[in-house]
Amino acid sequence: MKKFAIAVAAGAMALGVAASAQAKTLVYCSEGSPEGFDPALYTAGTTFDASSRQIFNKLVEFERGTTKVAPALATSYDVSDDGLEYTFHLRKGVKFHSTDFFTPSRDFNADDVVFSFERQRVKDHPYNAYVSGAAWEYFDGMSMPDLIKSVEKVDDYTVKFVLNRPEAPMIANLAMDFASIQSKEYADKLAADGKMELLNQQPIGTGPFKFQAYQKDAVIRYQANDSYWDGKAAIDTLIFAITPDASVRYQKLKAGECHVMPYPNPADLDTMKGDGDVTLLSQEGLNVGYLAYNTKVAPFDNVKVRKALNMAINKEAILDAVFQGAGKVAANPIPPTIWSYKADLADDPYDPEAAKKMLAEEGITSLDMKIWAMPVQRPYNPNAKRMAELMQADFAKVGVNVEIVQFEWGEYLKRSKEVDRDGAVLLGWTGDNGDPDNFLAVLLGCDAVGGSNRAQWCHQPFEDLIQKAKIVSDTAERTKLYEQAQVVFKEQAPWATIAHSVVYMPVRKEVVDYKIDPFGGHIFYGVDLK
Amino acid sequence: MGAGGLGPPPSSQQAYFEKIHMLKLLLRRVGLMIPTFIGATLLSFMFIRMLPGDPVLLMAGERGMTEERYQRLLHEFGFDRPYWEQYLDYLWGVMQGDLGESFRTKVPVLQEFLTLFPATVELSLCAMFLATVLGIPAGVIAAIRRGKALDHVTMGTALVGYSMPIFWWALMLIIVVSGMLQLTPVSGRISFLFFFEPVTGFMLIDSLLSDQKGAFLSAVSHLILPSIVLGTIPLAVVARQTRSAMLEVLGEDYVRTARAKGLSPFRVIGIHALRNALIPVTTTIGLQIGMLFGGAILTETIFAWPGIGKWMIDSVYSRDYEVVQGGLLMIAIIVMVVNLAVDLLYGLINPKIRH
Repeated sequence: MKKFAIAVAAGAMALGVAASAQAKTLVYCSEGSPEGFDPALYTAGTTFDASSRQIFNKLVEFERGTTKVAPALATSYDVSDDGLEYTFHLRKGVKFHSTDFFTPSRDFNADDVVFSFERQRVKDHPYNAYVSGAAWEYFDGMSMPDLIKSVEKVDDYTVKFVLNRPEAPMIANLAMDFASIQSKEYADKLAADGKMELLNQQPIGTGPFKFQAYQKDAVIRYQANDSYWDGKAAIDTLIFAITPDASVRYQKLKAGECHVMPYPNPADLDTMKGDGDVTLLSQEGLNVGYLAYNTKVAPFDNVKVRKALNMAINKEAILDAVFQGAGKVAANPIPPTIWSYKADLADDPYDPEAAKKMLAEEGITSLDMKIWAMPVQRPYNPNAKRMAELMQADFAKVGVNVEIVQFEWGEYLKRSKEVDRDGAVLLGWTGDNGDPDNFLAVLLGCDAVGGSNRAQWCHQPFEDLIQKAKIVSDTAERTKLYEQAQVVFKEQAPWATIAHSVVYMPVRKEVVDYKIDPFGGHIFYGVDLK
Repeated sequence: MGAGGLGPPPSSQQAYFEKIHMLKLLLRRVGLMIPTFIGATLLSFMFIRMLPGDPVLLMAGERGMTEERYQRLLHEFGFDRPYWEQYLDYLWGVMQGDLGESFRTKVPVLQEFLTLFPATVELSLCAMFLATVLGIPAGVIAAIRRGKALDHVTMGTALVGYSMPIFWWALMLIIVVSGMLQLTPVSGRISFLFFFEPVTGFMLIDSLLSDQKGAFLSAVSHLILPSIVLGTIPLAVVARQTRSAMLEVLGEDYVRTARAKGLSPFRVIGIHALRNALIPVTTTIGLQIGMLFGGAILTETIFAWPGIGKWMIDSVYSRDYEVVQGGLLMIAIIVMVVNLAVDLLYGLINPKIRH
């Protein structure tokens, strides 16, 4: 009898999702716990999913499913002719969330914008160090402290950003998660109560969902914001059921315990495609995985040697073995989902014989080199060790003897930056703001040598193009410059470009209008249930 | 004792000496805890720092940071100070009940621990309950049927259980029991249909307190699979231990005497033999509780069970020093306190130990 009762309860639970369709509760089986709810403090996508992507708005936002920037809390903006002043005109009548722990007395205005940026920028701002070790990782990482001279309130609904130098990607930067707009009124109240740390635990935003509760490592609950400025969300309750194991997530999806799950196991994809209850969405990810030679060290300072090695790599075999099909061969240093992607750029052909001949022409008949394999999984490289082994076999065919080296992740990142590093490094990048500059300047610019430019590659013709593109604000003109830069990159081959991952997103059949976010986010505003 | 050979000592005097002895025992044990405690703080402090990996660099990830910013952050987090200084600082905090704040979540470590610990305890107790309730009868049956088919089947199953990879076992159960048969939910602690603020942190109790219909049953159904998975190895150990202890006891003279007296087999086995066999079994169960923490890490990860096992593992990966050292210390303290309680309990039960 008891067994029966339990079975009935479990059955009722499995049906819970179906029953909840009327009440419109969407359950998302997320992969991990958020670090906190103040997105500006963090850099992890899991944290942004739980905070900025549901609870907050920015001045401008990426249109859902694209890398295109659209108005949000700012209805429009003007840029001065010298590119140094950005004036934002703010939306009127936007309400902050009313919850058990806070009731706003006024609408969103310029004070909130100034507060949201000044707390990150000004070292003696009361909220600059409101939690221990507040690092403002993204704000600093995107060079905002050097870039922004001031953030000024012109009037209640106008804010002016003054820059130290022109920077075309500025608008895209302001659509990033760290630029989420906080309520100054709420922050002031917390400060007066001596509970500033709650800003990171009980968030108040203007976004489509209100935070309701978080049970650590288990569940996050949200309610639709009834007075959302862009119209109430189609679902009433949003639940994140934190489920770290990918196979278990799939079982939950099948059992109807959740509607949407991220990061499926590549091995499960075939089953999912044949599963009648599940729709498998897919899109190329905003990332690139590469092998960066050290172009400062012989013989890799020789373009022909690099080209020859690129031709020795069998990328199709890597895609099959390492990505299990969930990837696409990369020819460019930027992914296809980014504007200015040059689709007709020819990749180095796989031709070991020609590669061997080219190496011989450069006087190389046998060569010892190292390939560094990352110790962690990333979308752009799910198994670096395996990838390195495949390359080892490929290179052996052209007389190059490869030793694979590995370090702990932190150590790997640090040592791979060194200018005199011995060996080629497997690494990759996931875009932050959908701007080509975020790939080309960050990973291949002269300033980044000894830093995130793992190829240690500083090539003046390339540098001139990307620097020019940084200050021009016309997108058509920037596109041309970046296209040329990609051609120069391919000729010079500082990297072997390997793959762009393909993102798979299994959702249940009753989920309507879920769109994969190119930035790897999971956004539930605009999603409905049948 | 004090009264010597002049007849039975006055009972009040005896009680007085007993108390003195117990107090001495208590003081001695507590005294021993101080160096153990300091050792635990030192070990927990050193353990995470011995692993390669720099939390600041891990935080920056692929993006990296300038040398100037790196140095500034090291300084802000206090990682640039000599180890002994960091340790003393940590020890000073611990003395005041402050375990520091998580590097990642910025929440006090103690607060996180107290939030998550009940989930681990609840799961461990259920797993242990299962192991005991099934393991002891299985062992007894195997002992009675020694050498027969039932013995071989029971012990063979126990051996399989003991060698079962937890990860595989958990997934198999989920796929078959939750997926195909749909008898239990896949993971989590309670259905999302129920929502109430935690009072004790124990879902079984909180669901009863919540007064929401079906909440308790939902909590129970969520506990079944993780308890089976976590309880499998202890179950096998308990069954095997019970069997061997029973076999030893069944050969004793007093059991033969009991049988000769014509007592029913139930009385012989259930009362005379089992009681004595349970002593080593109890010790084994006690030891298994410590081992459960290890198994809990995997079980919690698979079943999305919000306990301290998963919390600690995540913190090791992100080199969250404060959480790892604080968590280890809390576990060490709990083990120490439990040991102390057990020692004192033995003292109360068995006068020999008191002396």
